[in-house]
Amino acid sequence: MVWKIFLFLLLAFVSVAGIAFPIVEKPSAWYEFPFIPGLEENAKIIFFHVPTAWVTVIAFLMSTIFSFRYLKNKNLDDDLKSYAAAQLGIIFCILATVTGAVWAKFAWGAFWSWDPRQTSIFALLLIYGAWFALRSSIESEEKRATLSSVYSIIAFVTVPFFIFVMPRIMTGLHPGSADDTNAGPIVNFKMNSNMLLIFFLSLTGFTILYFWMWQIGYKSLIYKEKIQKQFLRG
Amino acid sequence: MNSKAYNLFLKDFRSELRTRYAINALAMFIIVAISVILFSIGNEKINENLTAGLFWVVIFFTAMSGLSRAFVSEEERGTTLTLQLIASPTTVFSGKLIFNVILVFAMNAIIAVLYGALFEDFIIKNFLLFIATFVLGNIGLAVSSTIIAAIIAKAGAKGTLYPVLSFPILLPLILTCVQLTLFSFDGTSFEKSRFELAIVISYDVIMITVSYLLFDFIWKE
Repeated sequence: MVWKIFLFLLLAFVSVAGIAFPIVEKPSAWYEFPFIPGLEENAKIIFFHVPTAWVTVIAFLMSTIFSFRYLKNKNLDDDLKSYAAAQLGIIFCILATVTGAVWAKFAWGAFWSWDPRQTSIFALLLIYGAWFALRSSIESEEKRATLSSVYSIIAFVTVPFFIFVMPRIMTGLHPGSADDTNAGPIVNFKMNSNMLLIFFLSLTGFTILYFWMWQIGYKSLIYKEKIQKQFLRG
Repeated sequence: MNSKAYNLFLKDFRSELRTRYAINALAMFIIVAISVILFSIGNEKINENLTAGLFWVVIFFTAMSGLSRAFVSEEERGTTLTLQLIASPTTVFSGKLIFNVILVFAMNAIIAVLYGALFEDFIIKNFLLFIATFVLGNIGLAVSSTIIAAIIAKAGAKGTLYPVLSFPILLPLILTCVQLTLFSFDGTSFEKSRFELAIVISYDVIMITVSYLLFDFIWKE
């Protein structure tokens, strides 16, 4: 219970701080963010956009890990855990895509421009979509679990290409792209310490939130199965 | 094991020659797809970028229309159980993979020749690079589509799901191959396209490894 209150306070603080703290030319007070050329007021969305993308990746990773465990132990619980993770993954994936598109509109002038990162998140959306389509096409539980586990592992091994390789070969707009003149991700060189602190607090908050939601999702799947079984029996 | 895989390939090859289902379907698909593209282009002059992209678009959709046969035909004829009895999963996968690789090479060679004949901007300056891209891309395409075909054959929906499942898996390969095809049009040297070639090679290696590791689980299902 304590950690739920803690999480509430954390996320409330992050939301308020992320939205309300002013951006000034020369930050002096602890609550002032620095002015980042090229981003200006848009910089604030970083507290919400990056954590959603981060959670998407965690959810995808967890889904794959549980798929792997299912193939190893053939325990249907692992398949449910993987499913619960993927359900959250697609929600956060859509959130990351939308917040990213909004940010792109104001920072680069268009909602969508096939920047490498945008391509990757789009591919991730496609993978999730294909995964759910595959699951819904199979009746038998074991078969569904096995085939979707196999597919999620095959999909997972292509992810490094999107995350590490594509941004290097395609010219893009995100920091860290092939034609980027700045030396690396935005975190390293332009945020000051209080901005970084709130950024990492937000990452932590979203990660805890994700694990909590994942647990609830997993439990609800189990109850759903139990009710279905009782219904079938009775 | 190798001779068994080869025999399996021969069996597929002979039954394919008997019905010529995949060959006919693929040939017609290639003609239809390319003529649709030519109609829509009309008298317009398209640039190299678009030519390279359209080349791989046709390759992708042709592969999607024909390559799922490898496993779906076994399921349809109900011969899966017999195959499970006489051969190990690895052997089965090797046999099907050989068949699909040959099919992909044949169909892509036809597509490349047709493109060379019909598209003005399909002029390859660095021929070796194009051949390397062609070979590596085809292998990657064949491997990924074979393993997805195996999944599809076991799942209920046979035809519609295939491109949906394959596209995200093939996306890194296709994007890199489009880039490499453009390089070969521009006459870029091997030195400069080293990184892209490395991506395609690593994609092929990763996919072959993963497919052989995971095929056991699909096949025994």
